[in-house]
Amino acid sequence: MHDTSAAHAAHQHAAPTSFIRKHIFSLDHKVIGKQYYGLALLAVFIGMALSWLMRIHLGWPAWPIPLLDKLSAVGAPQGVMTPEYYLSLMTMHGTIMVFFVLTNAPFAAFGNYFLPIQIGAEDMAFPRFNMMSFWVTFTAFLVMMAAFFVSDGPPISGWTAYAPLSAVGGDAGPGLALGQTLWAISIAIFCIASLLGALNFIATTLDLRTKGMSLARMPASSWAWFVTAVISLLAFAVLLPACILLILDRVAGTSFFIPAGLILSDKLQPHSGGSVLLWQHLFWFFGHPEVYIAILPSIGIVCHILPVFARKPLLGLRAAVGCMIATGFLSYMVWGHHMFVSGMSPFSANLFSVPTLIITIPMTILTLLLIGSVYGAKMRFTAASLFCLGFISVFISGGISGFFLAQPSIDIYLHATYFVVAHFHFVMAVASLFGVFAGTYFWFPKMFGRMMNETLGKLHFWLTFIGVYCIFMPMHYLGLAGNVRRYSAFVDDYLIPLIPVHKFITIAALLTGAAQFIFLFNLIWSRFKGPIASENPWEATSLEWSTTSPPPFDNFGGRHIVVYNGPNEYGVENNGTDFVMQVSPEKISAS
Amino acid sequence: MGKLFAVLVIVIALVSVSFFVRHTWWMPTDISTTGAAIDHQLDETMIETGLLFLAGQLVLGLFVWQASNKNPARKIKIFPGGSKPVVIAAIFVVGIEILALTFIGSKAWAAVNIAPAAADSLHIDVQAEQFAFYFRYAGPDGQFGGLHPDKIDDGNGNYFGLDPANDVAARDDVVVGSLVVPVNHPILLTLHSKDVGHSFYVPVLRIQQDFVPGLEIPVHFTATQTGKFEIVCTQLCGLGHYNMKAYLQVMSEPDYEQWLKSQEGQ
Repeated sequence: MHDTSAAHAAHQHAAPTSFIRKHIFSLDHKVIGKQYYGLALLAVFIGMALSWLMRIHLGWPAWPIPLLDKLSAVGAPQGVMTPEYYLSLMTMHGTIMVFFVLTNAPFAAFGNYFLPIQIGAEDMAFPRFNMMSFWVTFTAFLVMMAAFFVSDGPPISGWTAYAPLSAVGGDAGPGLALGQTLWAISIAIFCIASLLGALNFIATTLDLRTKGMSLARMPASSWAWFVTAVISLLAFAVLLPACILLILDRVAGTSFFIPAGLILSDKLQPHSGGSVLLWQHLFWFFGHPEVYIAILPSIGIVCHILPVFARKPLLGLRAAVGCMIATGFLSYMVWGHHMFVSGMSPFSANLFSVPTLIITIPMTILTLLLIGSVYGAKMRFTAASLFCLGFISVFISGGISGFFLAQPSIDIYLHATYFVVAHFHFVMAVASLFGVFAGTYFWFPKMFGRMMNETLGKLHFWLTFIGVYCIFMPMHYLGLAGNVRRYSAFVDDYLIPLIPVHKFITIAALLTGAAQFIFLFNLIWSRFKGPIASENPWEATSLEWSTTSPPPFDNFGGRHIVVYNGPNEYGVENNGTDFVMQVSPEKISAS
Repeated sequence: MGKLFAVLVIVIALVSVSFFVRHTWWMPTDISTTGAAIDHQLDETMIETGLLFLAGQLVLGLFVWQASNKNPARKIKIFPGGSKPVVIAAIFVVGIEILALTFIGSKAWAAVNIAPAAADSLHIDVQAEQFAFYFRYAGPDGQFGGLHPDKIDDGNGNYFGLDPANDVAARDDVVVGSLVVPVNHPILLTLHSKDVGHSFYVPVLRIQQDFVPGLEIPVHFTATQTGKFEIVCTQLCGLGHYNMKAYLQVMSEPDYEQWLKSQEGQ
C-alpha cells in the first residue's frame, strides 16, 4: 500500500486549457486511453476490410472487386487481385490486428483509462512517457500504413516475417523490398512504445495504489493489465532487437538470419553465416507471450464485468489471479511449439509440448471459474454481460483446439493448416475482441457520460456470436482435410472440393463484418445522443464507479480515496442493495 | 434473453460436434507405416477434447438458463464448495490427460522424427525452390554428385548445381520433378532449399517438414499403397506459394525399377 501524500503530489498536474494539450498531446491517462481506443477502432476496421477482400478472393477468385483496382492498379488489375497482393493483404491484416488492435484495445486503451482509476490514482506514474507511448505507437501505425503505398507493394511475408524471405530483399519477389523494410521499422517502433507503456503500467500498479488498495483488493482487470505489462516488458524487449537485426540484414548487408549459398532471382546472395531458425526463435519468444498479451486483459475484463451482471462474486478471484500469473510465467517456456516442423532438434519437441499442455491447466481453471460464477446467478442480460457469456463460449472453443496443436505428433499433420487459423482466431482474436466489446458496453457510460443503446448492442451480440462460429468453426474441418493456410487460391486436386466451404465462410465473414457497423453506429450515436449516464449505472463496486461519469481531470475531484473492501462484494445485504462499494466503510454482512 | 443464449450455445455445440463425428471433412486415408499412430493420437485427442468441449458448452448453457430465472424471491447461490473443487478437478482431470497424451504421443512423434531411417532405405535428395520441388536419385553408381550453388542453372535443368564435367558421381544422377518411390520400401529424403523457407507436406503420409536454408534435414517414410498423391508447400515462400506442388507416385517394385531405368537412359 502506498498512500504517501508526497507520492500523490508528485503526480499532480494542473488541468490543461489549450485544445492541443487537452485533446492531442494530452498527459491525461483518460485522454490517452481514448486515443488508443480510437486508433484500435480505426485499425480494426481497416483489418476487417482487408479480411473481406481476402475472403471474397478465396471464395470467388475471378470475381472483380469494385474499386480494388483504384487502391492498387498493380496489385489488382481490373479488380482481380494478384497472388502477391493477396499475400500483402494477409500480411497487413495479421500485423494490424495483432499489434494495433489486440495489443492496443484491451490493454493499452482500457488499461490506460481504467488502471489508475481502479487503484485510486490520479494519473499514470509517468504521464509524459504515457503520452509518448501513444504517439510512438501512432507513428508506428503511420509507417505501417505507408507500406501500402510503396511502388513494390506492401510486404508479403506474413505477420511472422520468416527469414530469409523477409531478410533478403527484393530478389525474393514483389512485396519484399521497401514494403518489408517499413514493416520491420514499424514493428521496431511499436516495440519501443510498448516497452514504455509496460514500464508505466508496472510502476503505476506498484507505486500509486491508494490507501487500502492492497494487491488483494485490486479488481481482476487491474491484475490482468499488471500481469500483461510484465509479459510485455519481457516480450517486446526481445522483438525489438530481433527487428533491428532484421533491418540490418535488409539495409546494412549483415547476415544475422541469412545463411550462405542462397540463390534468388538467379543471383548468389552476398550473405553467409546467418541462421534462419534464429529469427524463428526470437520471433516466437515474443510471439507466444504476445498471445497472452492479447487475451489476458480480456480475461481480466470479463472477470471484472461478469460478477456485476451476475450479481454475485466471481468464483475464486484469488485463484483467477493466480492463474493469470501462472500463465504469464509459463508463456515464456513454450515458444518452440510453433516450430515443431521447423527443423530444430526433434528431441526438443517434448520440452516445448509439455509446458504448453500445462498452460491448459490455469486456462481450464479460469474457464471453470467463469462458468461457476454463472451458477446460481441472478443474471442481468445486457450487451456487456452477453459478450462476457459469449467470451466463455468462444474461449472454450478456441482453447480446446490447443490440445491438438500442442502435441508434436498431431502438429505434424495440422501445422500450417486452417485448423491453426481457426484455433488462434477463436482463442486470441475473437475471445479478445469479445472482452473489448464487453468492456466497451460496460465502460462507455463512464468514459463518455452517456449510455449506449442496449437494443443495438444486443443485436450486435447475437449477429456477432452466430457469425464468428459460422466463420471459424468450419476452418477446423478444412484443417482436418489438410487445407493449407496462406494460399491465395486452391489449385490442388484435394483442395478443390473444399472451395464450397470457403464460400460459406466468406458469406459468413461479410455478414458478420457488416454487423460491426451496428456497433460503430451505436458508438458514434450514443456519444452524442445517448441518455446521460449516472455515476454508477450498473451498480458495480470498483473505484471507477465512485466518481462522476466521465471522471474529472484528476479522477476523483481532489478527494483522497480510501478503500475498505475488495472488488468482489456482490450478492450481499447492504441497506437495501446487493453490493458494497470498495470505498464504502460499512461492514459487510453475509446475505 | 438468457434462455435464447442457452439454446443457441447448445445448438452451436451440437452442430459443430456433429460434423466432427460424421467425418464430413476429414483426413485422407493414411498410406504410411507411421501415420496410424498419429491418427490414433488425433482420434484420442478428438474424443477427449470433444467431451470437454461439449461438457463446457452444455454446462454453460444450463447455468445461463437457470440464471435467467426472473423470480424476485430467488437468492443467489454460490458454487458448491467454492473454487477449491474446481481448481483441484481441473488440475487432476487436465493433468492426467496431459500425461496420457504426452506418453502415447511421444512414441508417434519419435517414430517419425527421432527413430533413424532403416539401413536399406532408398535415399532421395530433395531441393525446394520458388516455386517447385526437385528430386534427385543417385543413379547406378549409388553415389550422389557434389552440390555447387554457383553452378545452379534452372534454364539448363541443372537445379541442384551438379558438375558432371568434373564430378564422376554426378554424371548418372537422375533429377526429376516428381517423387517416385517403390511401395513398402523405406525411403530417406534429405531436404534442402535453394532460396527461402519451404515445407514438404504430404497429407496422405502424415508428414510435414520445413526446408530450412542452410540446413539439410532428413525425413523418412514407407508408403504402403500404390497411387498418385500430392505434395504441397506449407511454408510461405513468395507469390507462387499456393501453386508450389509436386506429385508423389508410389509404384510396385518392378514398375519403379522400370521407371528408374527409363530415367537413367535419358
